[in-house]
Amino acid sequence: MGRKLLLEHINVPGINTFDVYRSKGGYAAVEKALKTLTPDEVVEEVKKSGLRGRGGAGFPTGMKWSFLAKPEGVPRYLVCNADESEPGTFKDRYLMTHIPHLLIEGMIIASFALGAKTSYIYVRGEMMPQIRILEKAIAEARNAGFLGKNILGTGYDLELYVQPGGGAYICGEETALIESLEGKRGNPRIKPPFPAIAGLYGCPTVVNNVESIAATVPIIRDGGDEYAKIGIGRSTGTKLISASGNLNKPGVYEIELGVPVEEFIYSDEYCGGIANGKRLKAVVAGGSSVPILPANLILKTINNESRLMSYESLSDGGFATGSMMGSGGFIAFDEDQCIVRNTWNFARFYHHESCGQCSPCREGTGWMEKVLHRLEHGHGKLSDMDLLVDVSKKIEGNTICPLGDAAAWPVASAIRHFRDEFEWHVTNPTEAVSRNFGLAHYADPLSKPEEVA
Amino acid sequence: MLRVENVNHAPVEFSAALLNKFADLVSRYPEGRQKSALLPVLHETQAELGWLSVPAMDKVAAYLKIEPIEVYEVASFYTMYFLRPQGKYMLEVCRTGPCCLVGAEKIMDHIEQKLGVKEGDVTADGLFSWRGVECLAACGFGPVLQIGPEYTFYENLTTELVDKLISDLKAKANN
Ligand SMILES: Cc1cc2nc3c(=O)[nH]c(=O)nc-3n(C[C@H](O)[C@H](O)[C@H](O)COP(=O)(O)O)c2cc1C
Ligand code: SF4
Ligand code: FES
Repeated sequence: MGRKLLLEHINVPGINTFDVYRSKGGYAAVEKALKTLTPDEVVEEVKKSGLRGRGGAGFPTGMKWSFLAKPEGVPRYLVCNADESEPGTFKDRYLMTHIPHLLIEGMIIASFALGAKTSYIYVRGEMMPQIRILEKAIAEARNAGFLGKNILGTGYDLELYVQPGGGAYICGEETALIESLEGKRGNPRIKPPFPAIAGLYGCPTVVNNVESIAATVPIIRDGGDEYAKIGIGRSTGTKLISASGNLNKPGVYEIELGVPVEEFIYSDEYCGGIANGKRLKAVVAGGSSVPILPANLILKTINNESRLMSYESLSDGGFATGSMMGSGGFIAFDEDQCIVRNTWNFARFYHHESCGQCSPCREGTGWMEKVLHRLEHGHGKLSDMDLLVDVSKKIEGNTICPLGDAAAWPVASAIRHFRDEFEWHVTNPTEAVSRNFGLAHYADPLSKPEEVA
Repeated sequence: MLRVENVNHAPVEFSAALLNKFADLVSRYPEGRQKSALLPVLHETQAELGWLSVPAMDKVAAYLKIEPIEVYEVASFYTMYFLRPQGKYMLEVCRTGPCCLVGAEKIMDHIEQKLGVKEGDVTADGLFSWRGVECLAACGFGPVLQIGPEYTFYENLTTELVDKLISDLKAKANN
């Protein structure tokens, strides 16, 4: 059994209440931080832990905190990113629903470390039930003296508020989130300046994912060095994986980074194998934005090594034969799923969610959706695959925010690895409407390095 | 002036309870940053009125001391705000990839058939509308559906569960 640092008490009845959470050792890390450590010492522990941002980019959290500008007389802000909208990702909602005080405790620790006196949790608007849960948890923590003025008699003041979004994936991007929190459309800002210099209301701001903030609780409780002992290489600690698709036991799992992908999919401790006795065809390992891999390449790297659930191993092989950890949204496709249809669905998603500021993203996502729609519906041409790759290349790297890349990668990778399935849709248009391509060779053992398109 | 055609933009009044909520929301931000309350204020307004008419948005603008255009551009950017009246119960089904792997499209077809209206339209009795929405962060428990203004959430949907949900809502509305 892997160690659980975040979900250890998830099954304890009443763990969503302050009293039960406290009885399980909750808020001890706040006491330790506020009473025995300086803000800089808290930052130092987080640095030592090796924690990497859990929102998708994997940027070291301690380093991000140490970049925060601290001009005299200017307020600093911590904003928690609870916008969770990346298809395939549902860990933050799960954590906030079942163990909200873990996030509140982390917010107090992180706010203290950064010197923030007002902090916001930006929750996507659709999560009204979770907003109510968090507001109740905040009220409980305040009643117990963990929020408000002079927390635990230490002289530290903190106000914590929950802010709802309005329904827009782009508001997960940190500068769009800040715009939205200022009451505007979620149009990402041009960087620099980075939020660490000029964020909310033009003040220095840190934006962190729910899970990153929650992870500071065990880090402060046990020490950064202890946390860093878990995991493998630069992938330290535990990670919440959202497992969805055609699995026997989809759900949220806390893993020690470094678990083999094969074990994660097939062992009973985790997903328990593919549903309905079917075979695995493909996996999107880190949320819809990361490259899709066929079964053989997700289980093994191109060098025939077992692939692990870690930042490094998932990206082993680069874009040619690897993928990314991303937000940890692990989507499994069984042999009956159509890659073309799914690629079209994702392209539609990104077109719908493009904020429209940059032409390559606004127009390119629309073109990709249209071309994929005609491929899926039996009207495609053999030249469409090159056209899609061409459009994706024109988006990639040419936009204000990474949504453009996030839209381009799934399409480019699907064509890279499943080109024959796309071609089959063109050459067998009537058949492709009534049945699927099936597993084909996508789970065959890797014999030689794949030809890279 | 924002043009939303074919709807009745009658003058509106905000209840005292709603105005109290506004005041609490505005208090969460620094002096002069009351515009930050816009998104939550619009949610509360929509919860009370069912949708956001132009007069309602103008009143919000006046309350927050911002220009009406600042409200229109936000209300039209985000998907949760309704710029025209909807059914009393808006069934929002996730239509994104992971949910489609486990049958979301079948659920949407079923709802369309059951309610007898196309996506976005309102049933004749004014009770229901439905639409597909993007990933609701519950992909492992799909197919899923939510109903505002409380955003009650339903997971692991089957056509039977949908039938029951719709008849329960009908019964609730007729009581
Ligand atoms: C289009 C887009 C959507 C994003 N959505 C989210 C999100 O829902 N939640 C999140 O934490 N980060 C999201 N991010 C990443 C954030 O911009 C930011 O990197 C992150 O919140 C930083 O937190 P971390 O360092 O703790 O990971 C998104 C980025 C992009 C470009
Ligand atoms: S890349 Fe797309 S989402 Fe990002 S700023 Fe440009 S248009 Fe908006
Ligand atoms: S894809 Fe439906 S909830 Fe995520």
